Amino acid sequence: MTNHWIDLRNSDCILVMGSNAAANHPISMKWVQKAKDNGAKLISVDPRFTQTSARADIYAALRSGSDIAFLGGMIKYIIDNDKYFKDYVVNYTNASFIPVEKYNFDDGLFSGYDPKTRKYDSSFWAIKKDSAGIPERDITLQNPGCVFQLLKKHYSRYTPEKVSEITGTPINDLTKVYETYAATGTKDKAGTIMYAMGWTQHTVGVQNIRTMAIIQLLLGNMGIAGGGVNALRGESNVQGSTDQGLLFHILPGYLRMPTSNLATLEAYNKAITPKTADPMSANWPQNLPKYSVSLLKSFWGDKATIENDFGYGWLPKPDLGRNYSWLNLFDEMYEGKIKGFFAWGQNPACSGANANKVRQALAKLDWLVNVNIFDNETGSFWKGPGMDPKKIKTEVFMLPCAASIEKEGSIANSGRWVQWRYKAVEAPGKAKPDGEILTELMIEIRKLYKKGGKFPDPILNLKWDYTDDHGDFDAHKVAKELNGFFLKDVTIQDKQFKKGDPVPAFGFLQADGSTSCGNWIYCQSYNADGNNMARRKKDDPTGLGLYPQWSWCWPVNRRIIYNRASVDLDGQPWNPARPLLKWVDGKWVGDVPDGPWPPMSDSKNGKYPFIMKPDGLGAIFGPGLADGPFPEHYEPLECPVPANLMSGQFVNPTVKIFKGEMDKHLTCDPRFPFVGTTYRVTEHWQTGIMTRWQPWLVEAAPQMFVELSEELAKLRGINNGDKVKVSTIRGEVDCVAIVTTRFRPFKMGDLTVHQVGMPWCFGWMVPKDGGESANLLTPNVGDPNTMIPESKAFMVNITKA
Amino acid sequence: MAEGYSILVDTSKCTACRGCQVGCKQWNELPGTQTKNVGSYENPQDLSFETYKVVRFAEGSNGDGKPYWNFFSEQCRHCLSPGCMAASEKDEIVQDEKTGAVLFTPETKNLDFKATLEGCPYNIPRQDPKTKVLSKCTMCFDRITNGMIPACVKSCPTGAMQFGERDKVLDVSKKRVEELKKTFPKAIAINPDDVRVIYIVTNDPKTYWKFAAGK
Repeated sequence: MTNHWIDLRNSDCILVMGSNAAANHPISMKWVQKAKDNGAKLISVDPRFTQTSARADIYAALRSGSDIAFLGGMIKYIIDNDKYFKDYVVNYTNASFIPVEKYNFDDGLFSGYDPKTRKYDSSFWAIKKDSAGIPERDITLQNPGCVFQLLKKHYSRYTPEKVSEITGTPINDLTKVYETYAATGTKDKAGTIMYAMGWTQHTVGVQNIRTMAIIQLLLGNMGIAGGGVNALRGESNVQGSTDQGLLFHILPGYLRMPTSNLATLEAYNKAITPKTADPMSANWPQNLPKYSVSLLKSFWGDKATIENDFGYGWLPKPDLGRNYSWLNLFDEMYEGKIKGFFAWGQNPACSGANANKVRQALAKLDWLVNVNIFDNETGSFWKGPGMDPKKIKTEVFMLPCAASIEKEGSIANSGRWVQWRYKAVEAPGKAKPDGEILTELMIEIRKLYKKGGKFPDPILNLKWDYTDDHGDFDAHKVAKELNGFFLKDVTIQDKQFKKGDPVPAFGFLQADGSTSCGNWIYCQSYNADGNNMARRKKDDPTGLGLYPQWSWCWPVNRRIIYNRASVDLDGQPWNPARPLLKWVDGKWVGDVPDGPWPPMSDSKNGKYPFIMKPDGLGAIFGPGLADGPFPEHYEPLECPVPANLMSGQFVNPTVKIFKGEMDKHLTCDPRFPFVGTTYRVTEHWQTGIMTRWQPWLVEAAPQMFVELSEELAKLRGINNGDKVKVSTIRGEVDCVAIVTTRFRPFKMGDLTVHQVGMPWCFGWMVPKDGGESANLLTPNVGDPNTMIPESKAFMVNITKA
Repeated sequence: MAEGYSILVDTSKCTACRGCQVGCKQWNELPGTQTKNVGSYENPQDLSFETYKVVRFAEGSNGDGKPYWNFFSEQCRHCLSPGCMAASEKDEIVQDEKTGAVLFTPETKNLDFKATLEGCPYNIPRQDPKTKVLSKCTMCFDRITNGMIPACVKSCPTGAMQFGERDKVLDVSKKRVEELKKTFPKAIAINPDDVRVIYIVTNDPKTYWKFAAGK
């Protein structure tokens, strides 16, 4: 989230799209309700009328996989009707920039596409710069080559008629949503978006969110109270896991993973550090070398020296273009190229797209370690449906671990608030906290490496001092490591620090090896003031619900990021009724500002508001993605229409399509004529590992089901409560039919398209008769930027069982 | 008696998260019963001697072609003049003077269950087939007499359930209905003068649950 949960109450219009917040983030509705009590409008856009829709002022249905068409139409509406916030767009976004002449868009393809590699050369999307290296701008926004005009042209094709034919949304409903949301494009109004996996799990997942980001920039909704782009994270600490670099392409603090072409630290730092010639741009990422060096010092301590590039050579470096995301890993595992696998706090046998392939892949392993609080379909895959234990060689180890309330530590929520939790109860039996398991494992691994092994340096040189006097894992030590500390006596910014002192905040980190920091964005979380994550003070000086002394949030306790965009050029709040930040007597008052510099009207020291962008401005034109600088509607890999009405380019031209025996997909095949999607229910958590053992929750949500419209039920002779089979080319799942008015057939031009939906929280192990995972049906194709699978739009059949 | 406590169930704020249903089971140490999906989110299918609270899910189509989905967190209304007590001769069913809670004692095993059930306008009492004891919501009597609010109210995230002194709850209810009427002309509080558990609905009560406003 750019904002945070409580801030939802400050909004005038809340769009919930790609999310069913009421069911899946129930507590969020507390703040949504408060906004509604203050007169805010709630809009729910979803293929299915959900629990969120039931509370919404406006509901609009759309076919799964057509969000860009829906939102592209909103961009067109905003521009055509002059609903955008002009001062904001001109001053705070790159709308006035001028892309290079070779930028072009023709029939669904941007310039720079290579059909052989299915990749773009993004130099075709560069921004023109003047002789001083500063982006050329036309602040009248009239230049036909400027971003604003290109945007206008790009979305001129997204007429209500065309959009309606793609999305299946009646034009009246489109207009109602557009009008209501676009009304937040004024100084004194805030609109926000709550989205989740309904947006991300598509082959155009990132671009779904980009479309909304463009809308938020046009309406001046970024950086303000009640605004922002807010991802509702799917697990309580998934924010923390990405913060700490759990994904393959990042190191802690979202530092880019080095690749093999970057052989030296110098080359790496150069590659990750953007440059700007514009004195008005703060270009905060210019500090990244301070964070990368401090991270290396944290990894390898005294062994990381200036002579050895601070141990940079010990970091793993995938070859450029190699992608170690989930779908690829399981593809390689299926090919037998992976010998061992830790399934740590997860249940791939039910959570992985095309789960039949995942289950087969597990059978190719030599060993599998299942670290979890319960046994699950992954650890017991070898005795699951269709498996012959005699033929499976995989040796499985179960390591029982402590549940969240059985250990101490930090947890980061969607709003970036990192809250310290105490241990409430002892873990049962021999279950141990994850940190303890990791520590013991590492000690043993080091022992083995001492006896020999390939490339032992990174392991043996690792600084690994996270245990207390009894040799037990100490969460405080890890937290202090993440905050960082000085490695020698220094004076920085007129302040003296002694060796071993905690670093006050990341502004003090150094690139010379004098500071150590395990995660620069967590620097300040545990400093000389103590464990700031454990703070529980309820003071609210702004009255906006920022609660700056309740826990701590990254970065530097800034509760709403990009907050310098909430003020005008003189530093006065756009909306005086919700003053997030204000420039008073040469100082910022309110939230922690996005940097200390004076407002933009200060011609000497003023800075642009979007300090993490090299050019300092919000990116309406975004050249950084794999699939284009503007979002464009493409059909899902499996879709119900014979052609993309927007262009000759049917699906996202940059998706990776797996071609193995189990990687099947079909479009417009009469055997699978209906759109399918997946979602969750309130009662079950993820694949249900934790909740399917809980009798009260199983009582409320006992069995796998499929929801379908009355019209489709009639077509297939299905009655409410019937047992049915839902199938795709990849698999089939038995379900109980819920025949409902909450799904309606989509009228798309002359076409009628039916859609069904299923939860993915069940699995064969427990409860008895609970049913199987919907992921047996979902396709293993991913977004080209993130490789998140397209679990939200695929083609199914449904028949009476 | 009209003092004591009341619970407000403002269905216009309910998201059917079922925190109340599960919270009730947890506090009252009631078991999860065996259920099956029969074509609805609603489960268990009915109240039972082991289930004091069920969130009812009712759906259909509005005149404008849009669906509706109404949620009704069903429980004992703790009537001011409890119909269930008509069949009670001794102290099988008691009405606590201070709180107004209507309480079933273990002596309900001696009552005529059918008559007791018929006496209840809302079809609430249920019988343990083994012990013959009757059971239902206690307004979390053990909590509210110890300075806590009922478990269902405690677990409600949106403020759809509120608990407090009856006159204050009535006041909140009246204001909320007035507010809702601007958007939903049919908004009403159901039988506020007769019950302590007051439901606010924005449409015909029957579109929520067949016994929402009584049998």
